[in-house]
Amino acid sequence: MAEVNPTLTPDIDEVAGPLLRIETVTKRFGGFTAVDALSLDIKAGEFFALLGPSGCGKTTLLRMLAGFEAPDEGRILLGGEDIAPMLPHQRPVNMMFQNYALFPHLSVRDNIAFGIKRAGLPRREIMARVAEMLALVRLEGLEKRRPDELSGGQRQRVALARALARRPRVLLLDEPLAALDKKLRENTQRELLELQRRLGLTFIVVTHDQEEAMTLADRIGVMNAGKLEQVATPRHLYEQPASRWVAEFVGDINILEGNVDSRDDHRWTVSVANAGNVVVTAPREATDSATVCVGIRPEKIRLSRRGPADAGAMNRLNGIVASVGYLGGASVYTMSLDNGATLRASLANTARLDVDAYAVGERVVAWFAPDDCIVLGR
Amino acid sequence: MARPLIRLSRFNIASLALGLAFLYLPIVILVIYSFNASQLVTVWGGWSLRWYSEFFNDQAMLSAAAMSLRVAAVSATLATLLGTLAAVALARGERFKGRTLFSGMLYAPLVMPEVITGLSLLLLFVALGAERGFWTVTIAHTTLTMCFVTVIVQSRLSGVDRSLEEAAMDLGCDPVRAFVSVTLPLIAPAIVAGWMLAFTLSLDDLVIASFTTGPGSATLPIRIYSEVRLGVKPEINAICSLIVGSIAILIVAASLATKLSSARGQNAAPM
Amino acid sequence: MSGRRIFTRPARIAAIAPYLWMALFFLVPFAFVVKISLSQTAIAQPPYLPVFDIGRGWQALKTAFATLSFDNFRLLVSDSLYLSSGLRSLTVAAGATAMLLLIGYPIAYAMARLPRRWQPVAMTLVIVPFWTSFLIRVYAWINILQHDGLLNKILLALHVVSTPVVWLSTDSAMYLGIVYSYLPFMILPLYATLAKIDPALLEAAADLGSSPLKSFWLVTVPLSLPGVGAGVLLCFIPIVGEFVIPDLLAGSDTLMIGQTLWLEFFTNRDWPVASATAVLLLLILLLPLLIYDRFQRRQMGRS
Repeated sequence: MAEVNPTLTPDIDEVAGPLLRIETVTKRFGGFTAVDALSLDIKAGEFFALLGPSGCGKTTLLRMLAGFEAPDEGRILLGGEDIAPMLPHQRPVNMMFQNYALFPHLSVRDNIAFGIKRAGLPRREIMARVAEMLALVRLEGLEKRRPDELSGGQRQRVALARALARRPRVLLLDEPLAALDKKLRENTQRELLELQRRLGLTFIVVTHDQEEAMTLADRIGVMNAGKLEQVATPRHLYEQPASRWVAEFVGDINILEGNVDSRDDHRWTVSVANAGNVVVTAPREATDSATVCVGIRPEKIRLSRRGPADAGAMNRLNGIVASVGYLGGASVYTMSLDNGATLRASLANTARLDVDAYAVGERVVAWFAPDDCIVLGR
Repeated sequence: MARPLIRLSRFNIASLALGLAFLYLPIVILVIYSFNASQLVTVWGGWSLRWYSEFFNDQAMLSAAAMSLRVAAVSATLATLLGTLAAVALARGERFKGRTLFSGMLYAPLVMPEVITGLSLLLLFVALGAERGFWTVTIAHTTLTMCFVTVIVQSRLSGVDRSLEEAAMDLGCDPVRAFVSVTLPLIAPAIVAGWMLAFTLSLDDLVIASFTTGPGSATLPIRIYSEVRLGVKPEINAICSLIVGSIAILIVAASLATKLSSARGQNAAPM
Repeated sequence: MSGRRIFTRPARIAAIAPYLWMALFFLVPFAFVVKISLSQTAIAQPPYLPVFDIGRGWQALKTAFATLSFDNFRLLVSDSLYLSSGLRSLTVAAGATAMLLLIGYPIAYAMARLPRRWQPVAMTLVIVPFWTSFLIRVYAWINILQHDGLLNKILLALHVVSTPVVWLSTDSAMYLGIVYSYLPFMILPLYATLAKIDPALLEAAADLGSSPLKSFWLVTVPLSLPGVGAGVLLCFIPIVGEFVIPDLLAGSDTLMIGQTLWLEFFTNRDWPVASATAVLLLLILLLPLLIYDRFQRRQMGRS
């Protein structure tokens, strides 16, 4: 790994406030509201991911940060200064484009040097910076190649080096790994993370791939229909989703709808019409609505033929195995509960031989802890 | 790879071969006859360069050729400038006031009968009291050929990924700078092709030049036309062969140039 | 999409120069054509009476309007020469366009079926004649078609005919010249749409039980219709106003309207009648021109 020039580390002088503050930003295209009064703070040195289905407004938000779109309302503050009226080339922000947008008529070196040359640095300094960037992304020796003579992974690294060369205060990445195949993507994710940690830069990545967002980001903002549904760490997002929509968008989940029968400080009992009674841990922010959704992640459910020996604290639901999906590391069992509901349970395949696996049609007991249940509004 | 459904049938090959023969045979025959030594166009009298030397001694023809080349060079350059600007406006200007009229004015001359374009321009020049000659023909040709340049450049421009321009701006270029340093090099082959097309169209035009030129400044096609009306002359064969030859050389050079530049990475949208 | 707005302002500024140029040298001249078409011939320089002079004010304009002359148009309508030449232009253009379609389609179709890497070569081969001079290409046919030209020599040698056939100055020669000159204009748009048809569509048709001929009729032909439309317009409109080809290759009994205009202008020096003929020609072409304009715009919308 190359030695990093100390000047690459940005000055962290805004320890007090956020580096980037997005204040009630709205963007409309004709009658369609792409981004709807959205507010968000991003700290210096943070790796932030905007996650959402296509059309949710995440790319529009990113393009407003880069300066390609002007917000209709709201402010974008970078280090306290409103950058919303600035043109893209005036912003200390750079972007790594989806599909990279490498200049096909320029060599790797000229692509990387493109932005630094605009800064009007002396030639020697430009060359030094290019060399530094090439080393940073491990592309030494390829500087004379043209983009179409590079592999997908190499192109991605050129795009990264080109965007970093201007030493932006914030680096924006638009679906940075979408064009790579799965194996390469995993390696590149690791490299990207390592680079961000080493440079201490603020990265904002837009992605529709939740695994990618989880692997990379310190915090994830989940967007839907122009609004942020939830901003949280990956773990928080998965284990404590703020809404049913987030719970269903991030990962797989079983949702049981029912009425709260009884509630005390610790435990609620929810009666679910097609599953029976489910005991859940009382949520921190209690809703007083009578009907709730109970969410249980498939891997939180255990199966057995007879049920746990000590079943006191556990929920038990009886049913038969309706289908088995073998995924290699784990298998997903779909259960038909006696009361009618369907439940998916994901079990790690800890043994190579399948002597202990459950067969389709077999009668099993599903059990899970009240602590593993997520109580959501409807 | 066998793709039986899209295999060429015998009928396909025959129609292609006949079509190309139809397009090229007359020109080939013309070129061959231009080397005919005989005074009679149709009687083969052996190979000779006689008619070429005849042309190079024909002062009237030579001055017409010089006039045509001058008009073609100036009008093609003007047309390339204006046509490229128009293409940029159409491809990147989104919707603007008068866009419909603008595009209509640019597309109509492509099919407008030349007699109308020629006559209307002449009437304008007369009304303006302009002295007819080099400049009136040049302006007329610029008007016609810039539309062809617009079409060629615009189609290339719409193939250039706009995120390239955005990337340039993100890296510190203002919009004009981004266009000059990224888009312009990518559409350069189309601009060159546009210039060449404008040049040859101008060199070729008889009708519009006939209307807009003045006494004493005949272009080459006007001279050729007045000779041809009187019948076939071997000297005309030689002149035509020269024109065909130089255009062929121009095209080969241009296609080599674009091939070279595309070999160096023309793929505007990397996979 | 609208982030491109940053580029739109400079792009719109780019429109100014070509806009003014085309307005001055393409649009305004039509006004002069209309104006002169309402004027009278005069033995003068320029050879027509002034109709009106805006510089002389409103009153003068009004009197000028009172004396406007539609004589030229009355002449066009009453003299069978003009109507028949207009009619002939339309029939020649329609016939030649039909021939072009019939000949161009198989060629374009074959080009689209060539192996991928040969297609650009074939396209270049079709375009190159378009680059070589129009006049020269017509002239080349005179060489071949004249009384003791190559065609008659071959026919005589093969004993197909016993005496030389008159080819030059006939309608056949003119049609030949038009088809020859306009063939690239027909082939290229046809090829462009044919090449875009996904071969998988034909495979799907075959998979669903359609014979190759049926697939051609039911899949290829309907999908190529936009190309047919573009090719037909690109040929028909200029052919209606064609001058060089009929002038050099056809006989002189009936003139096409472009020839009439030329004759009035250059031989008779009757600029007003020539202008009126131009207005007539424009009126004939108005409908096809409007269709062509919609075509272009739709094509632009797609890109």
